[in-house]
Amino acid sequence: MLASSGLVAQNIAFGIVALMMVVGALRVVTSKNVVHAALWLVLVLAGAAAQYIILSAEFVAVTQVLVYIGAVTVLFLFGTMLTRAQLGKAKDLNNKNWALGIPVALLVLGTLVYVLIDTFGDDKVVDNPGDVPNVPVQAISDSIFKPYLLPFWALSFVLLAALVGAIVLARKD
Amino acid sequence: MLVNQFLLLGAVLFAIGVYGVIARKNAVLVLMSIELILNAVNMNLIAFALRNGGDAAGHTFALYIIAVAAAEVGVGLALVLLVYRNRRSIALDELSEMKG
Amino acid sequence: MNASASTSAVPGWFLDNAYLIPLIPAIAFVAILAVGKRIPDLRVGRFTVPGGGSLIGIASMVGSLVLAAGAALQWIDYADGHSYTAPIRRTWVWWQSGGIEIGLGQQIDGLSVMALLLVAFISTLVQIYSLEYLKGDRRYTHFFAALTLFSSGMLVMVLAENMVQLILGWELMGLCSFMLIGHWWEDGANSRASLKAFFTVRTGDVGLLVGTAIVALSAQKWINANGLQDQYSGFSIEAISRWALAGDPQYKSVITWGAVALFIAAIGKSGQFPLHTWLPDAMAGPTPVSSLLHSSTMVVAGVFLVARIYPVFFEGLRILDTDVNFIAVIGGVTIIVAALLAFVQTDIKKVLAYSTVSQLGYMMMGLGVGAWTPAVFHIWTHAFFKCCLFLCAGSVAHSGSHHSFDMKKDMGGLARKMPVTFVCWVVSSMALAGVPFFAGWYSKDEIIDFAGANQYWWFFGIGIAGAFLTTAYMTRATYLTFLGKPRGAAAGIHEDSHGDAHAAHGAADAHAAHDTHDSHDDHGAHAGPHESPWLIKAPIAILAVLSIAAGLLNAPALNIFKFEEWVEPKAEPVLLDTGYASEGTGDYPESSKEAHSEGAARSALVSAGEEPAEGEKKKPGYPNGRIEEGKLTGKCGTPGYVPPEGKACYAPGILHHKFKWVKALPALAAVVIGLLLSAAFCVLYYQRRNRRLVGLTERNALARAGYKFLWNKYYLDHLYEKVIVRGVAHPLARAMYWVNQNILDGIVNGAGRTGRKVGEITYKVVDQGLVDGVVNGSGAAARGTGSALRPTQSGKVSQYGALLFAAAALAALILVLVNS
Repeated sequence: MLASSGLVAQNIAFGIVALMMVVGALRVVTSKNVVHAALWLVLVLAGAAAQYIILSAEFVAVTQVLVYIGAVTVLFLFGTMLTRAQLGKAKDLNNKNWALGIPVALLVLGTLVYVLIDTFGDDKVVDNPGDVPNVPVQAISDSIFKPYLLPFWALSFVLLAALVGAIVLARKD
Repeated sequence: MLVNQFLLLGAVLFAIGVYGVIARKNAVLVLMSIELILNAVNMNLIAFALRNGGDAAGHTFALYIIAVAAAEVGVGLALVLLVYRNRRSIALDELSEMKG
Repeated sequence: MNASASTSAVPGWFLDNAYLIPLIPAIAFVAILAVGKRIPDLRVGRFTVPGGGSLIGIASMVGSLVLAAGAALQWIDYADGHSYTAPIRRTWVWWQSGGIEIGLGQQIDGLSVMALLLVAFISTLVQIYSLEYLKGDRRYTHFFAALTLFSSGMLVMVLAENMVQLILGWELMGLCSFMLIGHWWEDGANSRASLKAFFTVRTGDVGLLVGTAIVALSAQKWINANGLQDQYSGFSIEAISRWALAGDPQYKSVITWGAVALFIAAIGKSGQFPLHTWLPDAMAGPTPVSSLLHSSTMVVAGVFLVARIYPVFFEGLRILDTDVNFIAVIGGVTIIVAALLAFVQTDIKKVLAYSTVSQLGYMMMGLGVGAWTPAVFHIWTHAFFKCCLFLCAGSVAHSGSHHSFDMKKDMGGLARKMPVTFVCWVVSSMALAGVPFFAGWYSKDEIIDFAGANQYWWFFGIGIAGAFLTTAYMTRATYLTFLGKPRGAAAGIHEDSHGDAHAAHGAADAHAAHDTHDSHDDHGAHAGPHESPWLIKAPIAILAVLSIAAGLLNAPALNIFKFEEWVEPKAEPVLLDTGYASEGTGDYPESSKEAHSEGAARSALVSAGEEPAEGEKKKPGYPNGRIEEGKLTGKCGTPGYVPPEGKACYAPGILHHKFKWVKALPALAAVVIGLLLSAAFCVLYYQRRNRRLVGLTERNALARAGYKFLWNKYYLDHLYEKVIVRGVAHPLARAMYWVNQNILDGIVNGAGRTGRKVGEITYKVVDQGLVDGVVNGSGAAARGTGSALRPTQSGKVSQYGALLFAAAALAALILVLVNS
């Protein structure tokens, strides 16, 4: 499969990173330690950034690192500390009927896999290995500030509301 | 590179995230699982963007999702903090006020 | 911004700038909220200039009214001079995202001009009336703000150029009706009523969103296929109309589904059966609100929606083409169902509310039987007399019955004490009942006439039955309110002693009549029935005059067809009284002659009583045009018709029928019989207390059952609240948990509990069922199951999450499997 679809180096990189991500994601949801879970999450997020680079989306990758790994993870760690979760191992991180999650997750996965394989089969990301299109940052900014300005505005409001909301909620009075 | 390898990776991450949301009791861990789900979606967007010949719209929306996720984590953790302050616990299965 | 090219044809400033009409009240709304509370009452000599921002509202409505009147005059000028009047559109980009562009705009045609004028006029009068009626109210400023925004919402809707804008106005009205109905929300019943109104309408609104999505996406496809992208977006109402009338076979089922979905929205908004239950409850709001809500705004919005995008319904539900259709059936059922309910009401406003529902049924039925113009005309006339009736009821409560609306307890004999109100009430009641030469007669009789002439005999019968019922319940209401002996508050009973003295005083006042109210206050006693102050009387009197005069716009009996000429869309060169052209030929005069003779032959066939050929599903005469002395304006909507070059079909041709007294006779007879029967009944029952009639419901089981059925409003509320909400929504969720919990909790425990539940359910079903009848019983059963399953509701987020994801995945899987 790897050889037939060209871009061998990228495929190998993909395989390694993907494996890392899946393992990391599994550890996030199974780890018995909240801090460890957060660190595993960092691994997954970094892996995602790597995948974006493979998909020649450098700007998104950089943003991913900045926002997710830089800010969101720190927020998680803060949240963990402030809520005084046990920093070491804890026995009761899972619900009583956690097993319910397995069939549901498998059902979701099965549906998605079936649909994806049914729809895309062996479609390639790029037809010619030679010409992987490049998306310059300028194109992204044009896209944000021209056709998708309205969602951008809405997003600004969401962020503002989130800011105010977070302050109001977390304030001690 | 197949489109499907990215999409399937996204699907796996999504399913793991779903499992986490359902199985986890600690609210912070549930929020982390939600991040997994959001990342899975972003993976799809970027893969499709490339498949459409480098469509900037896909990147745009991936960025929007990252921003929304950041806002969501901010508010989510504020909520968790509030719950913790009121109940000294963030175990979700103890929050059953919605019981009808 | 970028106005569309069609503005060049705009024949005047008022039409060009019609967008100002909704804009002014919208700005006024903000202004009232911002500064209203800081404006004090001003005393100027003997008069008090009311503060609180109410004058801002009134000023804005007057401004809108002036602009609307100007627009109407210019439109009339324009329509008179043209034989082909395409809607005049003007659009601005509201927002755009990705490839989608949503415009705000104005679509000027006869319908929108009529509605603009109507809404602005009624709103102005209602606001003036509210000055007095709501004087000293706790939330005076907010009331006027909401009222102004409400009018603005309706104006936005009627002017809408595209569906998104229509939805905007529609939802604005929904929100404001919620605020206004719950104006006195401290009373639990009022806030419940406003919630009920909001949610019932929202139920229908799902149809609006779904229908719009269906219709707009297909219309966009059609636009792209026909190269009209520069002219329209898929949401444009005109584009949707043209798309529907283009008769492209690939969209046939899409149009039908779109029409059904959109009509569900109209059912919710216009209080059609079975979603009419919110309307009478909405009487909890202040009377001016009921009046505005029930005459020209809100409830009319549903009818307006159908009239606005009539082609979708015309084609989708195959009006005129089939013997029966969804719209006509719903309208017809509503007429009868609501009119019957009006008989058992003791609250005067509820009688009027059911009467509104019933009249809306007329409009819907009219649209359903192809009587577009009469139905729209009925919107017009109905607004005046229904608004007048509500304001009269408010006047009675304000000055006559000490804020009670109970006809049986607190009214009676008010005619002499409130002569102006009484006269106006009678005039508008007669208009409502359809007494000849009053406004309601022209429109209602036309609807009934059209139903007959278009061969919808069932609906013809329903129309006549409705006329009978209308007259009867209005006679009853009139009798109970204004005639007979004064009761309760009307007799001044809440007063200490001088009830009789007051009655005498009232009689004296009646002679002094109209304008001497001021002297009345000098008597000192605030209470006891008396005539209302002029701020209340004036709007009522104006409306009463219009209850006669408004009908003269389109009086077939007097050979006046102005309304038809001005409001009806002229989709193509109008052929007046010359018959019609045969299909597909552009050569009108000759072919029309030829077709005319053919039509005459057909009509002879029909009048001879012969059925049209076997297997021919179409109405006789259609699609070839209506038979006999037909006056056909346009033939759009007939199969296979292609409009001439440079012109487009955006409204189906409407088939007109000549007025004949003979045809009006059955309805007239119904009115007379209704009046006589009801008057006789009232005198016998309420005055003479006839022994055979009084207590009939206690003695006769059938009468009792019927009365109880009506009294409980056909148990529809029961059905919605007990059976559907509790019986479906709750148990479904609970049943899932029940399964889950019982597996987890072990079988023994579960078995014990199940046994108890079965017992409980059986008890509820058998016991309650036997006692309260079948409907009631099923409600109780649902309640029983509901409460039995209650303890299993866990309230745990993770379980909700699991259910959500599993359900979503399953739904997706099913969709995929079904579609693959």
